Amino acid sequence: MSEYLMEVKDLKKYFKTRSGMLHAVDGVTFSLRPGETLGVVGESGCGKSTLGRTLVKLLEPTEGQILFEGEDITYARGVQLKRLRTRIQMIFQDPFSSLNPRKTVRESILEPLKLNSALSARQREEQVLELMNTVGLAQRLAHSYPHELDGGRRQRIGIARALALNPAFIVCDEPVSALDVSIQAQILNLMQDVQEDQHLAYLFITHDLSVVRHMANQILVMYLGQMVELTSADVLFERQMHPYTQALLSAIPVPSLEKRRQRIILRGEITSPINPPAGCRFAPRCPYVTERCTAQTPELYEAAPGHFVACHRGGEVG
Amino acid sequence: MEEVLLNIQDLYTEYNTDHGLVQAVNGISLKIRKGETLGLVGETGAGKTTTALSILRLIPDPPGRIRSGKIFLGDQELTACTEKEMQKIRGNRISMIFQDPMTALNPVLSVGDQIAEVVRLHEKCSRAQAQERGCQLLELVGIPANRYKEFPHQFSGGMKQRVVIAIALACTPELLIADEPTTALDVTIQAQVLELIASLQEKTKTAVLLITHDLGVVAEVCCQVAIMYAGEIVEYGSTEEIYHNPSHPYTIGLFRSIPSVDRKVHRLQPIAGLMPDPTALGDGCPFAPRCPKCTPRCQEKRPPIMQLEGEHQVKCWLFAEGEEES
Repeated sequence: MSEYLMEVKDLKKYFKTRSGMLHAVDGVTFSLRPGETLGVVGESGCGKSTLGRTLVKLLEPTEGQILFEGEDITYARGVQLKRLRTRIQMIFQDPFSSLNPRKTVRESILEPLKLNSALSARQREEQVLELMNTVGLAQRLAHSYPHELDGGRRQRIGIARALALNPAFIVCDEPVSALDVSIQAQILNLMQDVQEDQHLAYLFITHDLSVVRHMANQILVMYLGQMVELTSADVLFERQMHPYTQALLSAIPVPSLEKRRQRIILRGEITSPINPPAGCRFAPRCPYVTERCTAQTPELYEAAPGHFVACHRGGEVG
Repeated sequence: MEEVLLNIQDLYTEYNTDHGLVQAVNGISLKIRKGETLGLVGETGAGKTTTALSILRLIPDPPGRIRSGKIFLGDQELTACTEKEMQKIRGNRISMIFQDPMTALNPVLSVGDQIAEVVRLHEKCSRAQAQERGCQLLELVGIPANRYKEFPHQFSGGMKQRVVIAIALACTPELLIADEPTTALDVTIQAQVLELIASLQEKTKTAVLLITHDLGVVAEVCCQVAIMYAGEIVEYGSTEEIYHNPSHPYTIGLFRSIPSVDRKVHRLQPIAGLMPDPTALGDGCPFAPRCPKCTPRCQEKRPPIMQLEGEHQVKCWLFAEGEEES
């Protein structure tokens, strides 16, 4: 078995729409070790959520390959898929709509255990209490309904549900964006604690770059379905090779008066992902655009050890 | 120093709900001078939006009402205005940018007409003149005037927010209230919108009340900051005073909760606990249950506003050394 928990090769997911093919995810390649976190960043519509949903097998990939624990799960179905569900889990963005409003905390956490484990009824009840304990939910809340709880506590239920079957890999789709900063910090700490405890791997999808900097070992930057840059978190914040990453990082408002950085203001907005033209998709907004950029799609290459970038002028800009 | 434009004095706003009396705003006082930007920072439920709606006298009544306090815009007392007088002020002297550009616009009117509507309401001009002005305003916020007849659904989020800004600036207001204007937008678009507000503010000398929960945004655009917690302003001062010398334990906690992009820390230091129930705020400091430096006095009695250096104010017993305990 390889050292990687998950290997993804040239993954593509297209949707057929009335106006043409929507290239939601267009060629994503990465590998993830057990216990590590890969952060996926990009703006709305860049395909980060579609990527997450494809990896948990909520969506069928159009092309490419997903290897999980050495096994090809690209087109997993039936029994294989059901087994995978215990190993790969997901935490959703909105704790307000991802929980069943008619189920109590206990029932919500019990559900995955009922469906997918061989435990007796009694053991399951014990397991629920243990999970509540792990995620920091007081036992007196077991019979509360989601509407009685605040966003932070609801997200704790979401985490407990994801942890219920001892997964190895969790896709976290904007798990803290709906929460206030003081609560956000509590949830991030909780996620780090369970990761260390249970040696979990996360795919952490977010648009908040300071959160991803805090959580991730590696960061994958996406733009309009394509990956533009992939490297370790520390390197990415030191040296960005893709002009989009540079603009993205420069746009983060920093809560400090000294470190005001020179902002690169991008012109224009994301173009449509439906039937995108050839060439680099960032070209219309790129300050360094050349003729080659609009003619030829840049391939992802290793510009420095462990630092992948998809740009014709990668490395020379900035 | 410029003269004071907006002056809020000891404002109390409450909502009478089925669950009890919600004290949303609890005795806040603040001033904004002409052309200045004040950042009002706080978490969900801190009373930021209620403050904004109180200024515009848009608190839904019932269940809400301004219980006491005065709000002045220049010499005019807003809290004493009739509804008819307020209608002349809203959109004209004070205007508001709402958080969600997706729902702030009317889906069945073209964006241009929505801008022209404000001009027609507040200025004596013909339909054609209003349309002309609408086109100018679209260009001003960076949208080509030939999109005048298009509808909101044909615009992206960032462009819709620009239309909302154009509407807000249509009558060159003296005060612009921006309620989380960039929260629904992506960072690169957020940078564009903040830049736009700042450059327009420079041109028109409008004062801005920026409501946000993002301390990063505040650092970029504000000169004054007020930190709100549970309906009270717990700390107030210039941006330098607040960022270099945060004094209230809540402000300090907020800064520690934010992951930094420059430095990797192993663990964040969140503020323990949750916001207090707004229907049952006791007599003590509302932050006391979550405060790491809480003393028995904090739980019994609400702290007074303490004056630190310059304009820096903090509402906390820790700074009341020498005050007699009563």
